[in-house]
Amino acid sequence: MKLEFHIEHAGPDAVLIRFGDQINTDLVPIIRAATKRLQKEFQEEIRGLVPSYTTLMLCYDPRKNDFPSIQDKIQQHLANLNISPTEMGNLVEIPVWYDPEVGPDLQHVAEFHQISIDDVIHRHSETIYQIFAIGFAPGFAYMGNVSDQLATPRLTTPRPHVAAGSVAIADQQTAVYPISTPGGWNILGRTTMKMFDRHSPKLCPVRPGDRVKFVSVSKAEFLLAGGQIE
Amino acid sequence: MKQPGLKVLKPGILTLVQDLGRFAYQHIGLSPGGAADEHAFLWANRLLDNRPNSPALEICFGGLQIEVLANTNIAITGAEMNATINDHPIENWQTHTLKVGDKLSFAHATSGIRSYLAIQDGFELQPSFGSVSTVMREKIGGIDGYGNPLKADDFLPCSQHKPKLTTHVPPLFIPDYQRPLILSVIANEQTDQFDAAELEKLYHWTYRISTQSDRMGIRLEGEPIIPNVHGIISEGIAYGTIQLPPDGQPIILLKDRQTMGGYPKLGTLFVLDAFLLAQQQAHTELRFTQISLQEAQDKLRYFYRFFGV
Repeated sequence: MKLEFHIEHAGPDAVLIRFGDQINTDLVPIIRAATKRLQKEFQEEIRGLVPSYTTLMLCYDPRKNDFPSIQDKIQQHLANLNISPTEMGNLVEIPVWYDPEVGPDLQHVAEFHQISIDDVIHRHSETIYQIFAIGFAPGFAYMGNVSDQLATPRLTTPRPHVAAGSVAIADQQTAVYPISTPGGWNILGRTTMKMFDRHSPKLCPVRPGDRVKFVSVSKAEFLLAGGQIE
Repeated sequence: MKQPGLKVLKPGILTLVQDLGRFAYQHIGLSPGGAADEHAFLWANRLLDNRPNSPALEICFGGLQIEVLANTNIAITGAEMNATINDHPIENWQTHTLKVGDKLSFAHATSGIRSYLAIQDGFELQPSFGSVSTVMREKIGGIDGYGNPLKADDFLPCSQHKPKLTTHVPPLFIPDYQRPLILSVIANEQTDQFDAAELEKLYHWTYRISTQSDRMGIRLEGEPIIPNVHGIISEGIAYGTIQLPPDGQPIILLKDRQTMGGYPKLGTLFVLDAFLLAQQQAHTELRFTQISLQEAQDKLRYFYRFFGV
């Protein structure tokens, strides 16, 4: 397969490598492989890589490369990029206690689709989601695709405070809030998994390209794992 | 002997530990952070022959008061805050010698909004994720590693040094933060997100800095520029990116920016002009002009070579 991409500048010290113009799970292993390859080839020569849904941003030092030379090097490094099956990423299970006590929008999502709360839980936890990108906040992983039978628009007014660990959906996307922040996604439950842990060598349990399965757990299991109800 | 250092008597409105930022963690969502005005920050370290990335203080709006518990040398640059040592006025943009028992005070900013206080060999602080830069929103970096601004009684350890011959920034290199602002923009390649007539507005009208501006970004107010699309698929955003939310009021992303964004973009503010922008108060008026990517890269290369970054 011929890898197709376009390189555009994002100012004097960054480029965006564009692999497509629509959200597509087929791009996930490609961008994951490209990220790995460029990290390996460039090493200290560049200052950061930000993979996302359809793009990979590469930050560079304009003293070491100008725009034409960074373009040439990227073209070179990405020629013959093999997308191997390992680029599918790890499958990570995230335990979730789905309950109105910690999932204040379960009822709203159920009403939106005219289904029961149990159906909402079932539909959210039966799908294996792809991680497209990590951004917005440390460890905030954008996952998709939430099925049309569950997708629900953002709240009209965002909440001033969403508890850390909240598992939520917005349209076709789902995510876990790593820290307590304001937010407008529909909250379905809460997990004890730390999406950003500064004391863990891995920092984040997941990477773009990994896959996630949410697993419904009981209140007792949630509390036993150190879950907090505030 | 007791560890030498500076003790905070009053933190002022907002004083943050900064260096040039953390870059290697953007892929997991950590903001790069770093000194809002690298020009003033780099001069402060250069005056002391420090490594360019040495931790320094970024004093926003003023009010910082320090008890000196070390014999050493400092440099102050950036906004004019009528600093004093033991109530004697001292000059901005140069080095000064401190001795144990001195009291160093900053009044309120009269030109520019951020002053930098560098100390010989830098403050000795533990980096978080490779940098001491304080990103308050993420609770990362700073004096304690948890993104806190300075507070009373905080202690900033440093090493001791003999008095140093005074060095100062040549007047030619000292910016006038009050001069009318015409900032250079590198236009985007993706122009289909805007009609040409809308794009033109950025270069035709005068914009004002909104009060809702901070280290994350500067919001502008003025003639709205309406993009053809309400949002784009979220992608990495670089320093100086000019975003257009649906209300058409531009947002210029600075050091504490989030790593990804989903608003249409019409270009990138030239890095050196973004440093100047970070020194401006709310309500300041500004205009835009264009710069080519090549010219921007040439100027930036010269700037970083000069400071040996």
